[in-house]
Amino acid sequence: MAKLALENVRKIYKNGYEAVHNFSLEIEEGEFLILVGPSGCGKSTLLRMIAGLEDITSGELWMDGEIGNYKEPGERNLAMVFQNYALYPNMSVYDNIAFSLSVRKKDKEEIDRKVHETAKLLGIEQLLDRRPGELSGGQKQRVAIGNAIIRNPRALLMDEPLSNLDAKLRTQMRVELAALQHKMKTTTIYVTHDQTEAMTLGSRIVVMKEGEMQQVDTPANLYDAPANKFVAGFIGTPSMNFFEAQAVREEEGVLLLVGEHRIRLSGEDAARLRAHGADKVWLGIRPEDIAVSAPQEGRQTERRPGWKEGLLADGNYLEVLITDIELLGAEKLLIFLLYGKKYVAKVPAETQVKTGEQRRLYLNMAAAHLFDCATEKRI
Amino acid sequence: MKTVMKMKQRLGAYLFFVPCLTIFALFLFYPFAKTIYLSLYKTDKLGQAKLFVGLGNYAELFTSESFFHSLLVTFIFVAIVVSVSMLLGLITALLVNKNFPGIRVFSTAYALPMAIASSAAALIFEIMLDPTIGIIDKVLGTDINWLHDERYALVCVALLTAWLNSGINYLYFSAGLANIDEAIYERASVDGANEWQKFTRLTLPGLSPILFYTVVVNIILAFQSFGQVKILTEGGPGESTNLIVYSIYRDAFFNFRFGGAAAQSVVLFTMIMILTLIMFKLEKRGVKY
Repeated sequence: MAKLALENVRKIYKNGYEAVHNFSLEIEEGEFLILVGPSGCGKSTLLRMIAGLEDITSGELWMDGEIGNYKEPGERNLAMVFQNYALYPNMSVYDNIAFSLSVRKKDKEEIDRKVHETAKLLGIEQLLDRRPGELSGGQKQRVAIGNAIIRNPRALLMDEPLSNLDAKLRTQMRVELAALQHKMKTTTIYVTHDQTEAMTLGSRIVVMKEGEMQQVDTPANLYDAPANKFVAGFIGTPSMNFFEAQAVREEEGVLLLVGEHRIRLSGEDAARLRAHGADKVWLGIRPEDIAVSAPQEGRQTERRPGWKEGLLADGNYLEVLITDIELLGAEKLLIFLLYGKKYVAKVPAETQVKTGEQRRLYLNMAAAHLFDCATEKRI
Repeated sequence: MKTVMKMKQRLGAYLFFVPCLTIFALFLFYPFAKTIYLSLYKTDKLGQAKLFVGLGNYAELFTSESFFHSLLVTFIFVAIVVSVSMLLGLITALLVNKNFPGIRVFSTAYALPMAIASSAAALIFEIMLDPTIGIIDKVLGTDINWLHDERYALVCVALLTAWLNSGINYLYFSAGLANIDEAIYERASVDGANEWQKFTRLTLPGLSPILFYTVVVNIILAFQSFGQVKILTEGGPGESTNLIVYSIYRDAFFNFRFGGAAAQSVVLFTMIMILTLIMFKLEKRGVKY
C-alpha cells in the first residue's frame, strides 16, 4: 500500500484558474520524491493540497489507505518546511522545535529529550536559547527541519527549502538533507524549481509544467530518456539543443536534414523513426554530446560512452559560427550560431577555439533524442 | 578660524529648530510653567496670581475627600475605557484580518469612531440613552435613567469613550496583525495547533510590541476624556462622573479657583508620567524581539 496517493487531483482557484490538472501519483514509504518544474507549474499548489493548506477541488488524497481530503492540516500528521522557514519569531529555538509536540500537550520531559536529540542530530544544540532573529539563514533552515522531523511525521513536505540560502550553503545543505533523509527514512516530498537539486536529491522526480505531470522517473532515466521535448530541455544544464530537422527515408537508414547539413541515423533510432512515420522532427543533442573534432576511428574518447560508434558516419557535423565562449573551469561553453539561432556546446577547456570562427561541430548521434514536431513527444 | 566656521555651522543647524520650538514654547512649555506657577498661588477671578501659598493648594487637595473621590472615579473610568476599547479594537482588527467580499465596508466602519468628534458622539448617545425616547431602554425592555443614575452613569460614559477610542486601537492592531508573517500560521496549522493556540501563542506575542504602545496611548487618552463628560453628565449625578479633568475644568471656570485647578493638573501630569515610566520599564522586560 502506498504511503500517500493522489488520484485525479485537480485544483481550480476561485478566479477560474486551473493550477493542477488531473494529477495521479503514488508515493511509497521512505521515498524521496521531487516535484520540479518552472515557476507557476502547480508544484507548490500540489504540495499545499497534500498539507491541507489548500482545498482539493476534485480528486482524492489517500494517506495510509484512508481518504485525507477533508482532514485538517494538523490531523494529517505531516510536517512542512517552508521557503522562508516560517519560524515563530517570538519563541526561542527550543520552543520552535518543540512547538508541534507542545500544542499536542505531550509530556514535558519527553519533549525535552526529543528536542535535545533532534538538536544534536542537526548540530544546533548550542542555539536552543536563541531567537530566530539571531540566527543565520543556514541555522534557521536547520531549526525549521528540526521542528519538522521531531514528531516522526507520516511524510515530510518541503517547499523550496534551500532557495533562500546562498549558493555555497545551498550545496552544503543539499548534501546534509540527502544524508538526513537517508538516515531517517522519512517519506519526503520536495518541491523545487532547481533541476540540479532535483537530480541530486531525488530517488524519483516528477517533472511538471502548467499543472500537468510531464514525466515521473528516476534522475538517470529523466536524463537519458526524456518523455518529451519539455522534459529534455528542462533537465540538464545547459539545456539540450533542439535542431529542426527534415527526415528523409533511405534504404539503409534515415537521413536527417538540418538546413543543408545531412545527418545520418542508423540502427534503432532509424527504425523507430521509420515506424513513427513523422517527417518533421526535433533533433535533440545535449551540449556535452557535441565536439569540435571528430574522434579518430577505433579510439574511444573518455567523455561519454557511445562516442565511437555514433561518429562513424562522416556526415554527422554542423558548420557553425562560434559567437561566444564561456570558461567554466575544466570545461568551456561554446555558444554557436546556426541558421540564425543560438545553441550551446560543452567542450574541454583546453580545446582551441576562437570567437568569430567558422567551425565544424560533430554530433554524438548515439546520444541524440528525436521528438515529434507536432506532439513534442519522444520518438 | 576653523572653530568660528564650526560655530556658524552649528548655529545654522539650531536655526532650523526655531519655528518648531516657538510653537512648543508658546503652547506647551509656557502654559506648563504657568500652571506650576499658578499652583503655588491663590488667584483672583481673572486667574491672576494674588497670594503665594507655597504648597498650600496641594495640602488642600490631599485633605479633600472630593479630590480622592475624583481620583477613584478617574481610575475606574480609565480601567474600563482602556480594557474595553483595546478589546474592541483587537476584536474588530481580528475580524477584518480575514479576506471576504465586502470587507472594506467593515474596515471603514470599525475605524470610523476615530473620525467622530466626542461631543457629537455624546449627543447621539444622550438620545439613545434617554429614558423616554432612547433606543437602549426600548431594546432592553428596561426603564432606567442611565445618565442620571449613580450606578450607571460612569459605566455609560466609560463605554462611550471606549467605543470612541476603539477606532484608533483597531488601526494600531490592524497594522500589528499585518506585520505578522502569514506563513507562521500555515506552519502552525500543519504542526497541529488549534485556533486558540494560534491566537495565544502567535498572534498575541506578535502584537506585543504594538500592544505596549497602545496601552500607553490609551491610558493617556482615557485620562484626558472631557467632552463626553461635559455634555452627558457634567460630573453628576452627585460626583459619580467627576473625572479629574472635569474637576479641573469645574474648579477653574465655575469656581474660579485657578490655583487649586492648577495643582490638580500638576498631580494629573505627575500620575500620567509615573505610569508611563513604569510602562516603559515593563516594556524592556516584557516585550520580546
